[in-house]
Amino acid sequence: MTATAARPAAVPLGPPPSMVVKKFVSRVLFYVVIALLLVFFMLPMLWIVLAPFDASPSLTIKLPDFSTGNFSELWHNPYALRSLLNALIISLGTMALVLVFGALASYALSRVRVPGRDALLYALLLLSSIVSGTAAMVPIFLLMTNVHLIDSQLGVVLVMTGGLLPAAIFILKDFMDATPRSYEESAKVFGASPLQILRHVVIPIARPGLATIAVWALVNAWGNFLVPFILLRSADKYPAAVVMYTFYTEGGQPKLGLISAFSLMYSIPVVIAYLVVSRRYGFRFHGGIKS
Amino acid sequence: MPRTAVATDAAGLGRARAGGFVAPALVLVGLFLVFPALWTIYLGLTDYRLTGLAAAAPKMVGLQNFRDALADRFFLNSLWLTLIYVAGSAIIGQTVLGFALAWMMQKVRPSVRGVVETVVLLAWLLPGSVVSFLWWAMLNRRDGTLNALLDTPGYNWLIQHPMLSIIVFNTWRGTAFSMMLFSAALQAVPPSQLESARMAGANGAQQFRDVVFPHIRGHVLTNTLLISLWTFNDFSPYLLTAGGPNHKSEILPAFIYNRAIGTGELGYGAAISLIMLVINLIIALLYLTLLRTRKVKT
Repeated sequence: MTATAARPAAVPLGPPPSMVVKKFVSRVLFYVVIALLLVFFMLPMLWIVLAPFDASPSLTIKLPDFSTGNFSELWHNPYALRSLLNALIISLGTMALVLVFGALASYALSRVRVPGRDALLYALLLLSSIVSGTAAMVPIFLLMTNVHLIDSQLGVVLVMTGGLLPAAIFILKDFMDATPRSYEESAKVFGASPLQILRHVVIPIARPGLATIAVWALVNAWGNFLVPFILLRSADKYPAAVVMYTFYTEGGQPKLGLISAFSLMYSIPVVIAYLVVSRRYGFRFHGGIKS
Repeated sequence: MPRTAVATDAAGLGRARAGGFVAPALVLVGLFLVFPALWTIYLGLTDYRLTGLAAAAPKMVGLQNFRDALADRFFLNSLWLTLIYVAGSAIIGQTVLGFALAWMMQKVRPSVRGVVETVVLLAWLLPGSVVSFLWWAMLNRRDGTLNALLDTPGYNWLIQHPMLSIIVFNTWRGTAFSMMLFSAALQAVPPSQLESARMAGANGAQQFRDVVFPHIRGHVLTNTLLISLWTFNDFSPYLLTAGGPNHKSEILPAFIYNRAIGTGELGYGAAISLIMLVINLIIALLYLTLLRTRKVKT
């Protein structure tokens, strides 16, 4: 009894020193964990930043013995620049088709009640997520062989467009739904045709959505390895993703100078595209999730 | 769904023209997405091969390919490895690491947060061929950085631990998505509820279980299903190990490639693809059902 009565007097005014130490230690541990995670994510990427500028690059990450020799090797390699150009052709082509057909289809689906529209959209979304390049590689390979689109960049563009369109339509339809109808009505009063209305009224308003889809399609096509790997045969048609794996010496050793400089050149456009979009439109959440 | 204001045809498009607008997209999707999927079903029932007698005149063999698959220890091995790969890199690796990062980034200065998020995002943005090479370089036996750091010269990680290598690789590659999703989800947890839990003396784990988790449960499910689907269909581990050594990291995409295009067994490859499509379908249906029930609730 007396013990309980005496206790309140013993309560100290601040937190006990052991608590302060504990808090300090946990704060330090917290930052150690963050630093370790940062190292884990950064370490593999350091090579692509340092090795391209090294006179004699090895696989180990080390401070470069500065030289621009790797870039001149890249410049003189017949396939390297060619493949970047090929990647550009393929991804711009894919982007253009996805944008044009995606915008047309999503606009029509947003404005007109085609019978079975909701079922169609649902089926499209389902399809785009289940039919992946990996699961469909056999029939796509056979189909392209039969229609003589094997070893053709057009074939690669068409296959990629088919794969990207469903998700593009799904996302674009939301943007189209959100554009106000009153502008279209007044344009119609002044005698504009539906295509004119789409071009001069709807597309300018839906531009943020279209820009997001454009970059998304571009980055996807730019990085796609499997489709060109299966469908292309001649080395002068390979895009960057595939050509990287041909930079080996006769002895099977990777040409590290060339590969490092090439990886850097190949990666920079993706990073720039991301920065532009995130600065302008806030890219953060158009990655395919909308809830 | 009832007729809503959404579908007012302000531009006077009309059904016929609307059909014309939708047609080109549908033709492309039909030719290069739907048709291949359907053809997979047919091919899976034949003994089609890339070369030789069965290339000229493929025969229908019914369900033989599927029976072969169930008796093929390489297929069963591949299925098992795929399960380990998805569970290890998507469900455990990306979800846990992504959540941990999102959670920790709430409590740091904006500058630190900016640096960490950019680095994690870069791993996700860089082209697959480049990141595969970067990891190949890091894990290399002769002068890879990992051996230099751990002082284990000559240790061949890709041969000794092929599965661990591709699991860590895919965790590194894909964590950004979970991190972004969870950091958006965590912003929706009301701070007042966390505050009252703290006042009531709940510790970190209890706060997580009773306050945070109920708010983000839907996002956890969404995230798990989506990244499982993507990981399951991911071809890039092939660039690291090509399924080897000796089938030890031959997950389904690598198995299909090695059998269909590598040894030319197109029919058998198509049958395995079909199994993959069915698994994709199940995951996607789960996801869509989930989205729907959530829409009904709100």
